[in-house]
Amino acid sequence: MSNPEEEDKQPDTGAAVQKQINRRNFISFGTFAVLGVAAFGGWKSLYNSAIETTGITGGAHKPLRRALNKSELFFRNFFSNNHLVKTYPKSMAAKKVRQNTSIGADSKLDADNWRLQVKKLSGEVLAITIDEIKALPKTDLVFDFKCVEGWDQIQHWGGVRFVDFVEHFGLQPETKLNYVGMETPDKGYYIGLDMDSAMHPQTILAYEMNDMPLPVGHGAPLRLIIPVKYGIKNLKRIGNINFSNHRPHDYWAEQGYDYYSGL
Amino acid sequence: MLIYWANDEYKITIFGHTYVRFFPDWYYNLLHIPARLAEGMAFHFLFMWFFTLNGIFYVAYTIISGAWRELVPQKKSWKEAWLVLLHDLHIRKMAPPQNKYNAAQRIAYTAIIVMGIGSVITGLAIYKPVQFYYLTWLCGGYHFARIIHFALTLGYVFFFLIHIVQVIIAGWNNFRSVISGFEVVNEEPKTVTEE
Repeated sequence: MSNPEEEDKQPDTGAAVQKQINRRNFISFGTFAVLGVAAFGGWKSLYNSAIETTGITGGAHKPLRRALNKSELFFRNFFSNNHLVKTYPKSMAAKKVRQNTSIGADSKLDADNWRLQVKKLSGEVLAITIDEIKALPKTDLVFDFKCVEGWDQIQHWGGVRFVDFVEHFGLQPETKLNYVGMETPDKGYYIGLDMDSAMHPQTILAYEMNDMPLPVGHGAPLRLIIPVKYGIKNLKRIGNINFSNHRPHDYWAEQGYDYYSGL
Repeated sequence: MLIYWANDEYKITIFGHTYVRFFPDWYYNLLHIPARLAEGMAFHFLFMWFFTLNGIFYVAYTIISGAWRELVPQKKSWKEAWLVLLHDLHIRKMAPPQNKYNAAQRIAYTAIIVMGIGSVITGLAIYKPVQFYYLTWLCGGYHFARIIHFALTLGYVFFFLIHIVQVIIAGWNNFRSVISGFEVVNEEPKTVTEE
């Protein structure tokens, strides 16, 4: 395609036109080369950028971790307790529920001595039995469980909503803090949740799967089911719950995953 | 260039996992995935911003500059694109007359924008399926949205391959015009001196 400016210059001699063509080519290709090198260099430096030192998060390239945290802040603006995960009829729930890992729940479960330890702000530690939890109103949830690996499965869980649990045990002052932490009894697996997600009306402490008591492989006696998070946050065999204004330690966030991992 | 490299990252990790089932050879790659998946996702959640903003700027530019007129398919484009295809495959001798872009290019360059919008929508639908539940619904559910998102990614790979082959075939003068914004057409002295 010819450029209008080009046509204006037509009375000029061929040499002048040629000179202008050369000049423009030089500018264009120079810019192209500079941008190309910059893009290549930018990519290289990003790809080879330092890995963060492991604290609460770890394992990710420093600039990428910054991007994850910034993205979290941006997308948290869209979070609302009124946004509910889609639920399904019980008949659609998988009979063979996928079991991905048993980190933190490998040892033999001592069901009789299991207590849910809740660390209150006062320093007092509640030791709650599974029967006390089962006495609370039960909520059933059939939803599409989503894993970072890419799979998803419709599953049916039953338990007490975290909000109901908080209310019953008088933990309202604790929920003024920003984060909830949970750990397995052996502290082999641990997660941190922002308070908004924990207090989401569909977050449950589950003790049933498909209307049956939770099998050991699925986190007996009590596990977290939190539909606004990926599977990595759905801690099995909860040992203790604590509250903090800072991000509690989180197993997968230390291994390069997004801390928030919200859906 | 960045775009496709990042896509490559994406493919190896997130979708590599799914694709393992199709290519048994990849099975031992599975061993790298626990570490690579986190890395791939981290790259993806940075580059999603770059792709999306880049797309928005590009579309805004074509609208403001009026360049969209050269890019959007016309009524005749659908029929002509077929003739262009036959011509490019050396089945037909003559290609239909064209302006800046031929009919097939118009369709391809507009389709890629539609695909880009599709990637953003399906991407949001699977990134925040609870918060953007209406997008997830629009995309036919979480699982289907993932499939579309992946299919579109494959689409970019094909687009890229065909694009590069066509650029090479079109030759140096065409490539120079892409970079510099003008094409040198008049090689014969007659046309230069006349008028």
